[in-house]
Amino acid sequence: MHPVLTLVIQRLALGLLLLLAASVLIFVGTQILPGDVAQAILGQGATEQALQNLRAELGLDQPAFTRYFEWLFNAVQGDLGTALSNGRDIASSISGRLQNTLFLASVAACISVPLAIFLGLLAVRYRDRWPDKLISAITLTSISLPEFLLGYVIMYFFSVKWGLFPSVSNINSGMTFFEKLNAVALPAMVLTLVVLAHMMRMTRAAILNVMQSAYIETAELKGLRRFTIIARHAMPNAIAPIVNVVMINLAYLVVGVVVIEVVFVYPGMGQYLVDHVAKRDVPVVQACGLIFATIYIGLNLLADIISILSNPRLRHPK
Amino acid sequence: MNDEFRYLLARAARGKLDRRAFLGRAAALGVTSTAATGLLSKAVLAQGPRQGGNLVMGLQGGESTNSLDPALAASQVPFIYLKVSGEPMVNILPDGSLQGRIAEEWSASPDATTWSFKIRSGVEFHNGQTVTAEDVAQTLRRHSNEESQSGALGIMRGISDISVDGDTLVLTTDGPNADLPYLLADYHLMIQPNGGMDDATSGIFAGAYKWVENEPGVRHVLEKFENYWDDGAGHFNSIEMLVINDATARNSALQSGQVQLINRVEPRVAGLLSRAPGVSVESTAGRGHYVFIMHCNTAPFDNNDLRMALKLGINRQDMVDRILRGYGSVGNDMPINASYPLFDDTIPQREYDPDQARFHYERSGHSGPIDLRVSDVAFPGAVDAAQLFKESASAAGIDINIIREPGDGYWSETWNVQPFCASYWGGRPVQDQMYSTAYLSTADWNDTRFFNDHFDELLLEARGELDQTRRKAIYSEMGMMVRDEGGLICPMFNDFIDAHNDQITGWVTNPNLELMDGLAPVLMWSAE
Repeated sequence: MHPVLTLVIQRLALGLLLLLAASVLIFVGTQILPGDVAQAILGQGATEQALQNLRAELGLDQPAFTRYFEWLFNAVQGDLGTALSNGRDIASSISGRLQNTLFLASVAACISVPLAIFLGLLAVRYRDRWPDKLISAITLTSISLPEFLLGYVIMYFFSVKWGLFPSVSNINSGMTFFEKLNAVALPAMVLTLVVLAHMMRMTRAAILNVMQSAYIETAELKGLRRFTIIARHAMPNAIAPIVNVVMINLAYLVVGVVVIEVVFVYPGMGQYLVDHVAKRDVPVVQACGLIFATIYIGLNLLADIISILSNPRLRHPK
Repeated sequence: MNDEFRYLLARAARGKLDRRAFLGRAAALGVTSTAATGLLSKAVLAQGPRQGGNLVMGLQGGESTNSLDPALAASQVPFIYLKVSGEPMVNILPDGSLQGRIAEEWSASPDATTWSFKIRSGVEFHNGQTVTAEDVAQTLRRHSNEESQSGALGIMRGISDISVDGDTLVLTTDGPNADLPYLLADYHLMIQPNGGMDDATSGIFAGAYKWVENEPGVRHVLEKFENYWDDGAGHFNSIEMLVINDATARNSALQSGQVQLINRVEPRVAGLLSRAPGVSVESTAGRGHYVFIMHCNTAPFDNNDLRMALKLGINRQDMVDRILRGYGSVGNDMPINASYPLFDDTIPQREYDPDQARFHYERSGHSGPIDLRVSDVAFPGAVDAAQLFKESASAAGIDINIIREPGDGYWSETWNVQPFCASYWGGRPVQDQMYSTAYLSTADWNDTRFFNDHFDELLLEARGELDQTRRKAIYSEMGMMVRDEGGLICPMFNDFIDAHNDQITGWVTNPNLELMDGLAPVLMWSAE
């Protein structure tokens, strides 16, 4: 078998194992939270009788071990069960939320990834001159501010003051693509600002590292334009670290944006997960956790594979 | 009232002059803004509601776990959507009297143990079925079933028998209960076809609006139910509720005009928000109160001198000023205030008195720090309030040790478990219900462990007493008992603060619950 194929299969198997471990961790985590589902669902107003009835109805009197394996076997078959708290089918509730999350993440990624790499290249081209310093200053400032603050500032100007975009990014299935784009303009803007710096700085550092190499000097002596050297000769050799950082940020855009979702009232996965954690709704938390873990592991797997493929030394091992 | 003011008032009522300009010009004529606002809302109401338009609300208190089953409702958004889509037996009017909804009229037997409710004819469910006495009976049976998970189970306990006689519903209670009709105003008790026994989450009710879309924790869309029986309610064509749990996002949505009505304005921004153009902030004194509760049966709180020392060692006015920013009123260590019917306003107000507190503290013989458990989920600003408490009590030589508890699980691990913690109560429509819920010895939520036989006797006596003067005297005595012997430290009653913009009008102050007892979307109308 081709060594690359073996490597990829190995990685995939490792990913699956990780996923299983993650599901166990999530389950254990939900078990040691204070309070129980019945109390959390019925709130302050719960009487002891109502609590007992609800616990029995939800099957919470079964041992945790049994519940976990039952759930896992069903999940593998695509049945995520029903939410304990409101009796809705989890798979159908999640799919809408997941689509929204992926939509926002893709919009933000489509803007931020090319922009970050381009700015990184630009920063290298004008290294230590004012464009480099300006780019670094702006991106580092935006990453240093807490994202909710960025959100509020942008909301104040673009929505309350100038009325350009809606401050409530509520999207629903009845909206056209452009209406949705308009609705997510502000959160996408904030997310772009949040993830830009990390990717930009990594691009800059990785390329600068390569720029020390002898072959770059050759290219310079050959008389190539500086930007061509950076983009055509230095960039391909710097792809591995850049891809890794891009993937981490893409994963963040999918799994880590709950604050932005709250600020802009965006119906994504994050808010959905937090609501159900608060209600000790184990099946939903498990399902969300599994999806998040899949996305995280999948993207990192992809990053690994791209790094391997982009590196001739790994592609053709001796 | 001079002619110019009358002219301004008429214009403002018709929406030709905005509220802000009207108040400004009224002030120039020497009319205070409170008086002018009062007259304006009267004039607007006299003008009559307009039909049409769509209402968009931004609401705090919704989760993706919310259900359409009224039994399970526990937070603000389900409360509002049940009020909007459901029809109860009765509603409580702002003045504390009852208004019949599905119940057309009612009467009690002379001993107040049997109540008959005549069911209004011609009321329809959203699916076209007619509301019958049997539907009502089934609804009440479902909520009073011990196996149900209804939030109304506690208040249904006293009803021993539910029967139907033609178009009349007959309720029999364990003991006399002069306030029984008030219990039926509870928002869980929305009448459903066959009581929701077939499908509790169908969303089919008999209210002014019927369900179009239900995305829990995101948005709820309802449209006018064309066959609604009451022309005096339900003026908008549709109502859309957006769940906006973040306070700043709610304010921005109102200011940018994306929503017209919001709930839960934070006291610290209420002043700022009211200065935004076209926005009215509505503050309503209600029955909700923020409290610190001690278990009267647990050391060291089993000593009344210690309890008294802590009660005297809290600076109530300071808390109202700093925690509520003035949007509230001082409490008096009993759960009752002037918003309740039969309130005795001659009960003296307890003041902050470090010397007296020190006297009682020394007499209690206690020494060492006293643990107080708090979390901001107890009430907004609870941790800050505890700090203020600690500071004011230390002037009397009392050492309060604040323990911050996680918000997660606070209601199951701390409240009603730990002997001294922060909490809140939403209040109840009548004194009997408030005391029965939390101060009767046998109450599930007796969160101060207040066991007093004489108090229990008085409560039962008052419940069956149809003579209002006598009843008021009993409630006064009970209030004094809780105030002087109970485990409740009640520093403040919080106002409900809601806000709307000038695209809608018809706000009426209602002390029952927030957003005009949840009826703002049904009773307000489009100003355009």
